Amino acid sequence: DTSLAEVNSFSPSVPISPSSMINHYKFEDEPELRDLFITVDDPESHITAIETFITYRVVTKTSRSEFDSSEYEVRRRYQDFLWLKSKLEEAHPTLIIPPLPEKFIMKGMVERFNDEFIETRRKALHKFLNRIADHPTLTFNEDFKIFLTAQAWELSSHKKQGPGLLSRMGQTVRAVASSVRGAVKNRPEMFTEMNDYVETFSQKINILDKIAHRIYKEEKEYCNEMKEYGPIHTLWSASEEDIADSLKGVASCIDKCCKATEKRMAGLSENLLPILHEYVLYSEILMGVLKRRDQIQGELDSRIDALANKKTEKDLFSEEIGKLEDKVECANNALKADWDRWKQNMQYDMRSTFTNVAENNLHYYEE
Amino acid sequence: MEDCLAKKMEITVSEAEKRTGRNAMNMQETYTAYLIETRAIESQGEGQCAPMDSLWRRYSEFELLRNYLSVTYPHIVVPPLPEKRADFVWHKLSADNMDPDFVERRRIGLENFLLRVASHPVLCQDKIFYSFLTQEGGWKEMVNETGFQLKADSRLKALNATFRVKNPDKRFTELKHYSDELQSVISHLLRVRARVADRLYGVYKVHGNYGRVFSEWSAIEKEMGDGLQSAGHHMDVYAASIDDILEEEEHYADQLKEYLFYAEALRAVCRKHELMQYDLEMAAQDLTSKKQQCEELATGTVRTFSLKGMTSKLFGQETPEQREAKIKVLEEQIQEGEEQLKSKNLEGRDFVKSAWADIERFKEQKNHDLKEALISYAVMQISMCKKGIQVWTNAKECFSKM
Repeated sequence: DTSLAEVNSFSPSVPISPSSMINHYKFEDEPELRDLFITVDDPESHITAIETFITYRVVTKTSRSEFDSSEYEVRRRYQDFLWLKSKLEEAHPTLIIPPLPEKFIMKGMVERFNDEFIETRRKALHKFLNRIADHPTLTFNEDFKIFLTAQAWELSSHKKQGPGLLSRMGQTVRAVASSVRGAVKNRPEMFTEMNDYVETFSQKINILDKIAHRIYKEEKEYCNEMKEYGPIHTLWSASEEDIADSLKGVASCIDKCCKATEKRMAGLSENLLPILHEYVLYSEILMGVLKRRDQIQGELDSRIDALANKKTEKDLFSEEIGKLEDKVECANNALKADWDRWKQNMQYDMRSTFTNVAENNLHYYEE
Repeated sequence: MEDCLAKKMEITVSEAEKRTGRNAMNMQETYTAYLIETRAIESQGEGQCAPMDSLWRRYSEFELLRNYLSVTYPHIVVPPLPEKRADFVWHKLSADNMDPDFVERRRIGLENFLLRVASHPVLCQDKIFYSFLTQEGGWKEMVNETGFQLKADSRLKALNATFRVKNPDKRFTELKHYSDELQSVISHLLRVRARVADRLYGVYKVHGNYGRVFSEWSAIEKEMGDGLQSAGHHMDVYAASIDDILEEEEHYADQLKEYLFYAEALRAVCRKHELMQYDLEMAAQDLTSKKQQCEELATGTVRTFSLKGMTSKLFGQETPEQREAKIKVLEEQIQEGEEQLKSKNLEGRDFVKSAWADIERFKEQKNHDLKEALISYAVMQISMCKKGIQVWTNAKECFSKM
């Protein structure tokens, strides 16, 4: 059972003590104490006989002793990121792994990789790696380190090791089985509350995402109409004498309004829209994490039930149960701590992004 | 504006009322009637107000008044009426003539029309106008008795003149071009403005959705709850503010519309000039050809080919008596024609003079009004931005407390 083993080898995986909570804070609020800096940039497209794909440059600077060097530069493609994410999920089933940008966008683009899409994806990948780096547990994950440092051939050979397709399939089967079993009976209240919260949050964040996109669209249309509105005044001024200057003045003001609107739109698309989107993905991840926790508990419960029915083989079972109980407890604790951390981050992100929107609007009106 | 009616009399269109009645074909119809109130202004102003007179008129009576004025004073740029049907509407405005907002804006437009006529140095002295304001019954008959409809030029005649006139006054030609340009640019502007208003409305209203979602979201949050809730409230305020803003803008649009319609009045004066000029040219042409005929008969030479000439060649010359008679008739006609031409010339010059005086007056009025309208538009925009600043400052505070 690899997941249990890995949970134990990466202590402290359960930072409940006050002092380690303070460490949490410092990670987020004071970047000077960070010792791992990652950037994702320079997308390049590669054409082979079989496929076309994009690689991104991942640059890492660190002062940590576990790393052999203080600077690394590697190229990674989207598949590699997917691999990293699934390894992290395997290793830490009840930790909240940050979201990756989606594989495709539904809007039916003609070209699979246009510049806007690539740029949005690059920013999201950058965020993904940085969120992992900021996470008190995930940042020390071995696969993460390999992802950041290994050359392309080293990475592919490492990928081939470890639990392969079959093990992942096994997990999926267990997931399906436990969801068929229905809601877990002994779920602690705390997690039921979390579940309810996530359901409502997911609903709301999806609606917010839609609203924000709609606003962006309306602002764009407004801008387009304004672009026609201004020049009419200039045209009119050509037929007039006395009021020509006033008309030209109005025309130039309208142009300025137009530019201010464009700035406002840029603010939205750089700041609010990506964050809302990230949290839409997060809400799905949270659902997954809660399910996995339920699964783990489900295993425990089913073993306990089995024990109740078979008085013999008690010793064997009790050891297994003991292990499972530990596992459940670890999982629960990990999730709880991570949950609190996530909520704090979310709050911070929402606060700063909406404040940013408000500021942008202020600048818009001031101009 | 020395002694115009507007100084002596207070005129307001204070109310509008829906009525039903029977029309000319005895079918039931619904229309709106407007209450015109007038009161003499006492020059002493001792706190004693003269009694207020009032009567009801409907839009068609206003139209009749305006038609009368345009025909009776063709050299004057007659103020236009507000639009008959709602044009240049953006989606929230209704195009229904019975819609209360439309009726209200029309009421203001009609009052404006009456005030413009009352402050015009020439038009304010017209008796029919005065009775329109003061005499409820029998006004329609009085107007029709003036027989102004007979004086009206046919549209076809005017069109013909526009194409065929050879030597119109250059200033009128320029004016005609100007009024065409003005008409096209203002209508384009109004159309785009309506679209801009539509989009702006959309932007503001969608923000209102934030309000609802924030409020629902705040229910599940502990620390963020208060900030979200109050921010949501501000989003609602923001979304609601657009209604007043756009209503004010509608007023600005109406001011532009007035000058859109004024352009048509300008065109009418130009057309009249072209008609008179064409008339003059035709009369002059007629006179010249008569003189020529006379000369030919007197000298016996046929300078131009004419059917008469041919028939006389074929069927023999006329007798000297016949020729004498013809010459006499022609000479009489020529004399008449010369007198007519003289008076037409005079008429034409008078028309040009008085028309141009009114046009200058109009130009000043237009420049003044449009400048004011543009300034008030800018002021509106500034106030809109100020409101925006206030809302987002409040929202920012709420967000930072999240």
